[in-house]
Amino acid sequence: MNSPILSVKHLSVSFNHRQTVVDDISFEIHAGETFALVGESGSGKSITALSVLRLLPNNARLNADVINLQGDDLLKHSEFELCKIRGRRIGFIFQDPMSSLNPVMTIGSQVEEVVRLHFDLPREAVKQRTLQLLQQVELPEPQRRIKDYPHQLSGGQRQRVMIAIALAGKPDLLIADEPTTSLDVTIQAQILALLKNIQEQTGMALWLISHDLALVSSIADRVAVMQQGKIVETGATAEFFNQPKHPYTRKLLNALPLMQSCLTHTAEEKPPLLQVSDFYCHYPIRKGIFKRVVDVVRAVDGVSFNIQQGKTLALVGESGCGKTTLGKSLLNLIPGSGRVVINGVELNALSGEALRRQRANIQIVFQDPFSSMNPRMLVGDIIAEGIRALHPGVTPEQRKIRVRQLLQQVDLPADSARRYPHEFSGGQRQRICIARALAVDPKLIVCDEPTSALDVSVQAQIIRLLKTLQQEKNVSYLFVTHDLAVVAEIADDVAVMYRGKIIEQGSVAEVLIRPKQAYTKKLLAAVPVLNMDH
Amino acid sequence: MSQYIIRRFLYSLPLLMGVNILTFVLFFVVNSPDDMARMQLGQKHVTEQSIANWKQQHGYDVPLLWNDDAQGEKKITDTIFYQKSVGLLLFRFGVSDSGRNIGADIKERAMPSLAVALPTLMIGLLVNICFALMMVLFRNSYLEHAGLVLCVILMSISSLFYIIGGQFFVGKVLRLVPISGYDDGMAAIKFLILPVLIGVFSGIGSGVRWYRTLFLEEVEKDYVRTARAKGLTETQTLFRHVLPNAMIPILTGVVVVLPLLFMGSLIMESFFSIPGLGSYTIDAINSQDFAIVRAMVFLGSVLYVIGLLLTDISYTLVDPRVRLS
Amino acid sequence: MVVLWTDALIYVLIIVMLALGVYLRGKEHIQRPLQQIGRNKIGMTSLVVLLFFVLIGLLDSVHYILADDKKNEVISLLDDFATPLREHGEKTYSAPFATTLYSKEMTMLADGTLQWAYPRLAFGGRHLDHPETEKIPDILQKAAYGLAQGASLIGFIMLLMWGLLAEQHKRFMRGSTAKTVWTVVFIIVSFSYAAIHLSAYYHIFGTDKVGEDVFYQAVKSIRTGLVIGTLTTLIMLPMAIIFGILAGFFRGWVDDVIQYIYTTLNSIPSVLLIAASILMVQVYMANHEADFTSVIVRADMRLLFLCLILGVTSWTGLCRLLRAETLKLREMEYVQAAQALGVKQGVILLRHILPNVMHIVLISVVLDFSSLVLAEAVLSYINIGVDPTSYSWGNMINGARLEMAREPIVWWSLTAAFVFMFALVLAANLFADVVQNAFDPRRSGNE
Repeated sequence: MNSPILSVKHLSVSFNHRQTVVDDISFEIHAGETFALVGESGSGKSITALSVLRLLPNNARLNADVINLQGDDLLKHSEFELCKIRGRRIGFIFQDPMSSLNPVMTIGSQVEEVVRLHFDLPREAVKQRTLQLLQQVELPEPQRRIKDYPHQLSGGQRQRVMIAIALAGKPDLLIADEPTTSLDVTIQAQILALLKNIQEQTGMALWLISHDLALVSSIADRVAVMQQGKIVETGATAEFFNQPKHPYTRKLLNALPLMQSCLTHTAEEKPPLLQVSDFYCHYPIRKGIFKRVVDVVRAVDGVSFNIQQGKTLALVGESGCGKTTLGKSLLNLIPGSGRVVINGVELNALSGEALRRQRANIQIVFQDPFSSMNPRMLVGDIIAEGIRALHPGVTPEQRKIRVRQLLQQVDLPADSARRYPHEFSGGQRQRICIARALAVDPKLIVCDEPTSALDVSVQAQIIRLLKTLQQEKNVSYLFVTHDLAVVAEIADDVAVMYRGKIIEQGSVAEVLIRPKQAYTKKLLAAVPVLNMDH
Repeated sequence: MSQYIIRRFLYSLPLLMGVNILTFVLFFVVNSPDDMARMQLGQKHVTEQSIANWKQQHGYDVPLLWNDDAQGEKKITDTIFYQKSVGLLLFRFGVSDSGRNIGADIKERAMPSLAVALPTLMIGLLVNICFALMMVLFRNSYLEHAGLVLCVILMSISSLFYIIGGQFFVGKVLRLVPISGYDDGMAAIKFLILPVLIGVFSGIGSGVRWYRTLFLEEVEKDYVRTARAKGLTETQTLFRHVLPNAMIPILTGVVVVLPLLFMGSLIMESFFSIPGLGSYTIDAINSQDFAIVRAMVFLGSVLYVIGLLLTDISYTLVDPRVRLS
Repeated sequence: MVVLWTDALIYVLIIVMLALGVYLRGKEHIQRPLQQIGRNKIGMTSLVVLLFFVLIGLLDSVHYILADDKKNEVISLLDDFATPLREHGEKTYSAPFATTLYSKEMTMLADGTLQWAYPRLAFGGRHLDHPETEKIPDILQKAAYGLAQGASLIGFIMLLMWGLLAEQHKRFMRGSTAKTVWTVVFIIVSFSYAAIHLSAYYHIFGTDKVGEDVFYQAVKSIRTGLVIGTLTTLIMLPMAIIFGILAGFFRGWVDDVIQYIYTTLNSIPSVLLIAASILMVQVYMANHEADFTSVIVRADMRLLFLCLILGVTSWTGLCRLLRAETLKLREMEYVQAAQALGVKQGVILLRHILPNVMHIVLISVVLDFSSLVLAEAVLSYINIGVDPTSYSWGNMINGARLEMAREPIVWWSLTAAFVFMFALVLAANLFADVVQNAFDPRRSGNE
């Protein structure tokens, strides 16, 4: 093992003199290694990375004994001297490449800027180097793309540009803060491979910050776990995953959904609840002076599927494949066309008041637990809203009893009804949303990525809750997700969506273990699997 | 893109028609021409004959919308609506109630208005942006707090006091420049210094605050963090990344008011006796010359609509996200 | 009692605000920002100043006909209190604290030499036999007396409150913000007491061309400023809220129509629209003189029209903001969830959209207030503001401007208008800032 390239001792960061976000942590990163800092959201891992380069927001206070980069104590450097280290000796990749790139500068000039800043090169050489960097990050057609603006690139391409910017100073340490979180699974795998590849070429150290244990297990040499501002466990990857010592680490590992769990599902046939056939969602594209419709976006392009009573169909696909549109348009939140029959009632034939009455049959749970509840309403009123709207005859007393019952079913304290949504954590909010959906006794709940905004441990709890409720109430789920591991945990059947069409469907074991379509295979291959054979 | 511009252009036509109808209702339906005549001729002891004379003299002696007495197309054209309002759409401003040609007056007076308003806007923009940038550079320091307090104080003072105070101290006590007046050609400069200075000064308070919020909004964005992570200093970040992004809303905000500069500023021009369109309007209001006020209302809306159009165009030019999609 | 139109609307406004206060009591999302404002010293200080102005404005909004007066004069409570000011008219200009009419020899005040050529004032300093020697001590003595009287009054009230309040409120009163508030109240009350006491003997801001007390004019102008600042918003709010929310929520042709309406209105420069409308009001009033029985009723109608017109020209800005926010909100998942639950559209608008745009409404109301007060002065200056006979800072400035060329200059009308206007607008601006910080979710101060 080499000497440490970065060593941090007793680092603490607090906000507004109160909240301590990072609490007295110490760690080292060695030359050429991949060091992963893992933790759930809010554990302080990003702040740790930012504080090394003193890029913290203004209201943050940093306190540390040593932040040593190859023998230089960064704490002793002035802001001006630090500018010579940022980008030159430490490169930084941020999570969201869309917002992290300047929207009004071409990507070429954004990369070039770093080269010019840190190296005294003639103009031609700067151009050469910029092009070379874009080639190095495998941006297709770099010669042409160099004059593009960030919004003209795809998500993966933008992240490649970010990496080029980070590499431009030929840094000894590359910090990657959740570099793949905002990307699709297949792109994720490509970016990770690229990072690994570049690290091998240049021999720099890579500091990876992530919430994804599976991803980390495939790439890191050493792992550290953060919980509430503290590093609770550090170790070499193999040892870390095989013999986790700290209870929190064990909890994290246990919470990971496993692909193998799909084999435990039984394939018992039940009567169909929802039948969808030839369903379309087309948005018109308007062009010209009078905005004539010239073409349509085929968000959902002729899909057919059934959902059985008390079973779960998972709708899988990458972002933009139309799966969320499909889910929402089943509830008539987005206009669609085709035959939708639930419980023998054809929904498409209805409109106005008749449709409103049928609303009780299908309910929805959204992805973002923060925007899915009116911040101005009490939780009790939020849950009771559906009952008030669809069953006006129910007295306030009965409603209150019902709300208490529902809160109990989703494992929330009874006094929650008189509190406001912002007082709850993400997982608790998602429970409230489930209670709201359950309030009108739906036959089917569309779960639109209900767990993707949550931490792994909370994610597992929500899935367990959904499964319990299914057994109790015989409710069916249409589970929209991009996460195949979650699918394996909860679904009975799977439908894979690609560009508005369902390209493969069948029982979960069939599709996940023996996929037929090339695209499904590609999806499955890209899923980071917990790698135990270090 | 050209299709977009053409569509916006077509959209502005119903707007102008709306303005036209609105002014027509305001000027001729709320009060009949008889009322106006009585007002102009002095309230009491006005004979029916003198009212009829006045109306005939000014062309108000035809029906509002439909002339039953006329023949053929004249049923429509021989009406107040056609003669007074539709003409405006073709920029035929007609004659004022005192008998002057409004169109000629406007041509003559637009330039002095512009001579005051344009430098005021440009210098003001420059000064405000500089101060705002400085405040953002020194954010969360006492300098910024002092600046903010000063801004609130400056914007709490009525513009009238700026003018009166400026005229008193610069013009009367120090006797640096003439208090008011105007001259043709380059000789106008010495008359313009004071109004421009006061115009810039009275806008500082709100301007700096507004630009500061625009800059702060940009400063908090992720790409600024990227820029700092690249190794750019705070000043470099501000000038190379924040400023170009913040300039998009600033520029488009300026473009909207550019055409309106021809209209000049009402109080500025009347205080400094500048023969521009602003003082023209004020004189018309004070002498209750409805024809001029109506013409100015319409001219103002035309200029505003042109401003809207220019804004759309400038957006497509300045912002690559709009230009290239 | 006589209830003028604007009086009635002010009463309505107060009732609406009280009702809103009762309705929102205990709502958590209102409480938090309110507490934040309550903790802010600048916010509370400016609020106290604003309330002081409001109090004067309210006193000036209770009108009645003087019982024993044969002229049928309509006066307000404030006029009643200020009877000496109202009746102590001089012949023409006199400087602040002067004992003689105004002369061109400014040296007179500086060295105190009094020339026989200038007649003594009818009321200002009448009680003095030898003004040149007695005046300054007399002013100081009267000021001190007034200050002491005011201070003891407010001191007594504070002690009384301290004694009557329960223990839990005492703790609140010991807080640093409460101390600031009490200090400000103390200063305002003592100084206004001193001013009132002095104004019974002198014209503390001088007199104007027709010899009317300028201090009285400035105080009377407060109501005009407040009416313009508040009633305009009262008039524009319903329009802005209803149109803005409907356009954003229903989109389609509703949106097109509403957008067309406000773009059309917006495209007319507002000063010109106001000018045109006021001209029309003038014509109307001139032709219907019989409908306006007295000067005060006429001036009041014109004030109301001005508010109405200002309201019509200023609702578009808020409407556009609300439309944009509603467009954003209707895509929020809680609105979609409500739709999925079969909640009717009207209910969604009232329960989900309206409460979530109210902070924008509130912020824009407080932000607009100061700009409206400033606008009044400018409009009155170009004769399209309030009636020339009503008291307003704009009219004071307009009148004083004509004397600018005079040598030496008549400065006190301008100064009085400046001081009063500046105090009100500065307080309003500072308060608006604090309110915005507290209610705007994007500002970091909220958390």
